[in-house]
Amino acid sequence: MSEIGLMLLRMAVWLGLAPLLPGLINKVKAAVAGRRGPPVLQLYYDLARLWRKGVVLSTLASPGFVFGPAVAWLAVVAAAALLPLGPLGAVAGFRGDVVLMIYLLALARFATAWSAMETGSAFEGMGAAREVSFAVLAEAAVIAGVLALCVQSGRLTLADMLGESAGPGAALLGAGLFVVLLAENCRVPFDDPNTHLELTMVHEVMVLDHSGPLLAAVLHGAAVKLLFFAVLLVQAVLPMGHWPAGTALAALAGGVLLVTVGVGLVEALLARVAFRRVPLLLTSAWVLCVFALLVAWKGGGR
Amino acid sequence: MTGLLNVLVGVVMGLNLVALAGGRLPLLIRTVAVQGVLLGLMPLILEHESPDWKLAAVAVATVAGKGLLIPSLLLRALRVARIDREVEPLLGFVPSLLLGALGTLAAVVLTEFLPLRAEHAATLLVPGALASVLTGFILLAGRVKALSQVCGYLVLENGIYLFGLLLLGSTPLLVESGILLDVTVGVFVIGIIVDRIQRTFDSLDTRRLTVLRE
Repeated sequence: MSEIGLMLLRMAVWLGLAPLLPGLINKVKAAVAGRRGPPVLQLYYDLARLWRKGVVLSTLASPGFVFGPAVAWLAVVAAAALLPLGPLGAVAGFRGDVVLMIYLLALARFATAWSAMETGSAFEGMGAAREVSFAVLAEAAVIAGVLALCVQSGRLTLADMLGESAGPGAALLGAGLFVVLLAENCRVPFDDPNTHLELTMVHEVMVLDHSGPLLAAVLHGAAVKLLFFAVLLVQAVLPMGHWPAGTALAALAGGVLLVTVGVGLVEALLARVAFRRVPLLLTSAWVLCVFALLVAWKGGGR
Repeated sequence: MTGLLNVLVGVVMGLNLVALAGGRLPLLIRTVAVQGVLLGLMPLILEHESPDWKLAAVAVATVAGKGLLIPSLLLRALRVARIDREVEPLLGFVPSLLLGALGTLAAVVLTEFLPLRAEHAATLLVPGALASVLTGFILLAGRVKALSQVCGYLVLENGIYLFGLLLLGSTPLLVESGILLDVTVGVFVIGIIVDRIQRTFDSLDTRRLTVLRE
């Protein structure tokens, strides 16, 4: 296959398969609760419906209201482009791309918070404040985890770094990154995606005033972010670089599926923690990643 | 063998942090119990020419004492005195956790500079011991209730036990069993005292124990 074709395939995997994950999570939740649940492809239908609709714009909002979701979507997709898909490879990669990846995720968060505050709604400002304050701790955990991978493999490129496994600290890193995945994607112990009460929402309240294609961009970006963290988690734990391409691809797909089912089970079986306990949970995730870093540094680091 | 031992010590270090972050007394007591069981298994894993009956006796006594007897005494004291299950930290959970994590990191780094014998330097025993002692201190100083302070004392003792494992070949069995007996009696006495404190003060807050009376 030509290089261009491979490039398009990678982008198609990121953009096309991402909306499957929320559908799977909802299916798992429904199965645990004994319901039939919405179809797995529900998010695709929603996105198509939202795309055809018009946008309601507040007279107060500046153009930032429209730019925010667009910038956030682009930043998340760009971060996904840097992350290799196992043997398929990354859309783009260079020395030190891991730093850019972290900054792109931060940019996406900034853009979402910015557009949330554009309408001047008190609820949205509150949601943005929560999202950002959770993110401070979650980001520290991501940085510690990525640093552990760097130290373990002795490389600075995501593709090389993730080819190796996290070594003996893989379990620690996997647990830490899973908690980060739940926090970053606003899943259950941190935020309830199904809540109908604005006062308790975190992520949902930030996008209350977005409609039509803007909301579609927000939803699709969230799905890509979920897939992004699932792929990152699976590749950080498994030593995929040493396996034949077919096995690695199957392992990646199976791992992402497992993580998705895990998120669904967590969501079905756990209650959301109180806001004041969230910092403790995120600090624990950070400590797990720091200990993975310590293990990588003490043993097996090159 | 060293690999398995290091994994066990690593789990003990992790349990230290669970003890620091846990918000309920039964969780704290069970964490310390699991830690005790792991410590009891360690002498069997440590490399030795022939596993003799003394070693097995120490292991069985430690598992039974630290893993079953002491936790059941503490859980009984908790039940009898009808104590509220919340831990009530003086030092919040996040600062305790961060302090404990920092202490564990410092223990691992500092051990590099200690003049240890080659076979000891390869294991995590010394950093694990230092980290457990530090965790014990944090629990002793940072918690209000008498029962959580007992747990802090037990974690501290677990750290000292880890240090003792370095000298496993040369410590007489009598010393080991003496320490274990002391700890058990201590916890037994504390179990009674906890009941008395609760009856006298309607609370287990040790900050109230400031006045001496006849």
